[in-house]
Amino acid sequence: MYPHIHHLPDQPILDISRLSVRYEGRGALENITFHLHAGERVAVVGPNGAGKSTLFKVVAGVLPPAEGEVRVYGSGPGGHVCIAYLPQRSHVDWQFPVSVGDVVMMGRIAKLGLFGWPRKRDWDFVHAALETVGIADLEKRQIGQLSGGQQQRMFIARALAQEAELMLMDEPLTGLDTPSQEGLLALLGELQRKGVTVMVATHDLDQAARYFDRILLLNHRMVAFGAAGEVLAPEVLLKAYGGKLRMVNGKVVTDDTCCDGDDHDGTL
Amino acid sequence: MTALYDWLVEPLQYGFMVRGLAAAVLVGIVCAVVGTYVVLRGMAFFGDALAHTILPGVAVGYLVSNGAREPLFWWALGTAVAASLGIGAITKSGRIKEDTAIGIIFAGMFALGIAIISTVRSYAVDLSHFLFGDVLGVTPQSLVWMAVFGGVVLLLVLAFYKEFLTISFDPVLATTLRLPVNRLNNLLLVLIAVTVAVAMQTVGVALMVAMLVTPAATASLLTRRLPSMMVISATLAAFSGVIGLYISYYLGITSGSAIVLTATAFFLLVFLFAPQRGLLWKK
Repeated sequence: MYPHIHHLPDQPILDISRLSVRYEGRGALENITFHLHAGERVAVVGPNGAGKSTLFKVVAGVLPPAEGEVRVYGSGPGGHVCIAYLPQRSHVDWQFPVSVGDVVMMGRIAKLGLFGWPRKRDWDFVHAALETVGIADLEKRQIGQLSGGQQQRMFIARALAQEAELMLMDEPLTGLDTPSQEGLLALLGELQRKGVTVMVATHDLDQAARYFDRILLLNHRMVAFGAAGEVLAPEVLLKAYGGKLRMVNGKVVTDDTCCDGDDHDGTL
Repeated sequence: MTALYDWLVEPLQYGFMVRGLAAAVLVGIVCAVVGTYVVLRGMAFFGDALAHTILPGVAVGYLVSNGAREPLFWWALGTAVAASLGIGAITKSGRIKEDTAIGIIFAGMFALGIAIISTVRSYAVDLSHFLFGDVLGVTPQSLVWMAVFGGVVLLLVLAFYKEFLTISFDPVLATTLRLPVNRLNNLLLVLIAVTVAVAMQTVGVALMVAMLVTPAATASLLTRRLPSMMVISATLAAFSGVIGLYISYYLGITSGSAIVLTATAFFLLVFLFAPQRGLLWKK
């Protein structure tokens, strides 16, 4: 019932070739090709509706590709339980009657198997994950009582409990105040030390440049993929953002900084 | 004291009353537990539609068996399971908006049921039993089957607790954990269908949705954890069944509506007075 595919050690953690995705007849992603190595930290930037969420959902094996291939350690994502998709906070029902510990334990259920109940080892995973993200004291709280930053940390803890090796974070920084953003970015460094590969969709080009190894610039097609210096050059950005790009005091500013309406939000 | 005792014991001298109480408690508990997911997943309209959709199946059974009650449970069960999977499939096709599609099927099937029943001369009485329930007419044999199927539903809700929780809270997570999300969704629809069939004789198709959502919604105002929501919901529903039947006995009100009105009264009380979340404590 719950497949577990073995990882081929000589394969990249993520290898995407000539990937196209159509959503409701429209092309959401066209001819995307790139690969990631284990432990990389990659920011995915692009205008609203560029296909960032769609890309994540295809990588997670939630949406099927129309053409091309997604390979995780050498095989399709559908058999892997090592990929975690962290939802946008606005797509979560925060009134749902579950505690922080309940949500993090959900990450374990593929490991529990059918009819399995959590054992001590699973609770140890949950506690360690909450410890890592710094919200161990909030385990019993109902999820609606968390702040935005704590909500995001809870989902990272869930991905850790899942033993995810590839974490796809959809706009984790959106709507957070600056200290929460800084805290979360520091946590990404911690994940990198644990060998977790992280892809983060973001609107903040400045943070993308400062905190990530590489930047993937997306607007249905892959406009650029590389170090901040090459990707964030104005003439490259112009190709992705078009008229939505402005120069303010010698810095590039994009008009869209919001999150919602990206792709086909929350749809399976 | 003795007056209260007599008041409570008097109805119990009748076998139909004892069976009615057992059925009301049983149905209350099963509906309330399954109803927790109906409320959390926003499926109230689906539950209402499903209940109405079984009417033609029950009507055909009623004609075929010449008015005997025993076989109706099986007709209800078969129709409910088929209808739940049918509605589930149609809502996924995506050509018509989900609630519109459910509305069309539900009204059409309900009309068909009434049409079939109206071909029988004495239809008015029987139709009202199907619509509003006839818990005092539950036979010992039906009670056994209700207990068996209700018990199986509760066992499956327990066995698939973590799976149902996960597909309800975060279907994308469930997919990345490679749970069989479609099959689990269908299983949940079937469990709701079986629940509807078990509850049909107690509250009838027209009031069914109240048993599915009212106790669960009341419980959701009192707790922030799913297991306690299920327990509180089941307790409230069981009490609603018992209190409703006593009201029905002493005031001569139809049993189904008395049970539903009691559950509604619980909801209103909690909605107004619940600690912290009651309307009265809010500015």
